[in-house]
Amino acid sequence: MSIFEYNGSAVVAMVGKNCFAIASDRRLGVQLQTIATDFQRISKIHDHLFIGLSGLATDVQTLYQRLVFRHKLYQLREERDMKPETFASLVSAILYEKRFGPYLCQPVIAGLGDDNKPFICTMDSIGAKELAKDFVVSGTASESLYGACEAMFKPDMEAEELFETISQALLSSVDRDCLSGWGGHVYVVTPNEIKEKILKGRMD
Amino acid sequence: MSQSAVDVPPKGGFSFDLCKRNDMLTQKGLKAPSFLKTGTTIVGLIFKDGVILGADTRATEGPIVADKNCEKIHYMAPNIYCCGAGTAADTEAVTDMVSSQLRLHRYQTSRDSRVITALTLLKKHLFSYQGHVSAALVLGGVDITGPHLHTIYPHGSTDTLPFATMGSGSLAAMSVFEAKYKEGLTRDEGIQLVAEAICSGIFNDLGSGSNVDICVITKGNKEYLRNYMEPNPRTYVSSKGYSFTKKTEVLLTKITPLLERVEITEVGEAMEE
Repeated sequence: MSIFEYNGSAVVAMVGKNCFAIASDRRLGVQLQTIATDFQRISKIHDHLFIGLSGLATDVQTLYQRLVFRHKLYQLREERDMKPETFASLVSAILYEKRFGPYLCQPVIAGLGDDNKPFICTMDSIGAKELAKDFVVSGTASESLYGACEAMFKPDMEAEELFETISQALLSSVDRDCLSGWGGHVYVVTPNEIKEKILKGRMD
Repeated sequence: MSQSAVDVPPKGGFSFDLCKRNDMLTQKGLKAPSFLKTGTTIVGLIFKDGVILGADTRATEGPIVADKNCEKIHYMAPNIYCCGAGTAADTEAVTDMVSSQLRLHRYQTSRDSRVITALTLLKKHLFSYQGHVSAALVLGGVDITGPHLHTIYPHGSTDTLPFATMGSGSLAAMSVFEAKYKEGLTRDEGIQLVAEAICSGIFNDLGSGSNVDICVITKGNKEYLRNYMEPNPRTYVSSKGYSFTKKTEVLLTKITPLLERVEITEVGEAMEE
């Protein structure tokens, strides 16, 4: 069994028109046993920047704490929030630093940059950035997510339609993966508000 | 707080503190993760006025295509570009690092960078990590001494060649070059030959795919032709799109209104002399 399959996870982010959505499943397991059904994989860095981490849960939490620390230092020094592109470079550097003994997680970063232009990117566990203009996926359900997003994505969706699309893609993909699921957690961020929704899914 | 010093290693570079834990996990039977590779076909050739570099745009994670349009031609200096194959994080990190070192060197010497400088910096770094930094590169550029093209292997050996190919698609591309290359090609002939070589990699090698990127470097000028050819467009898009009649069931909604982002520009007073 791969180390990424120890806890199970599914994270996806999509780009819409001046908005983005990021979603994850809620299961935390130890191999085939489910320990929690409300695990938080997506975290807010600042109002317009979210990071979702899939993979080994302990590294997810440690890496998140490290990144929040670095971002707070940046805020103190620069007196402003980090841009999403800068944050992606920071995460990539932190992961590559551990090239020969890596953090066993794959981040998905989503944010609104200058002029409210949405930015998404994902990385492998050693920091190889993968920028995309449409969607990025990560986790044990990633193969199903690739297929579902490829089929369901349309460019320039508004926030409501984007929410529906990302939720349907997430729920249908985790239904095909034993290690992720137990509901969904979706954040849709526009320049004016953050909408956080918890989805009802199959509890098996 | 002394703990903060632990976060960043003192002199930069790699930190090995998670190695012991990862080894323990591997011994317990949990396989290590696979990294993003760039499968790849990368090529370079020297033509009459300079160097042409070419690359495909597929990034793979095992058998899955992770990125259908990634950039494999990396900037090193205004007159030097480098294509990278192998582990994606390694090629990006190594080319970024040497690009910064070259810029500092340009500031110190007030001269344009030479291709051989980039070559030496890259091969020293790769050799010192004994091949564990898995980056196979095709480095090309035009400097004061003329056009140069080199290949660099992950263990640190280098070759200087008039035409070169690297990556999983290198055999497919090399066959095109060996058949059709000649000295003194014009710009258009060179671009066509490079595009043909990359296409042969795209269509015959499973690790390469999607589009063709080309970079033409001549004395005092460079042209980065991103997605020069797109021989694999997506044609199966449904015009109607998906319409979800049954909406997802939402258990809980939380809306956080955000304050409008206000740009604060301080109007300061001019300094008094």
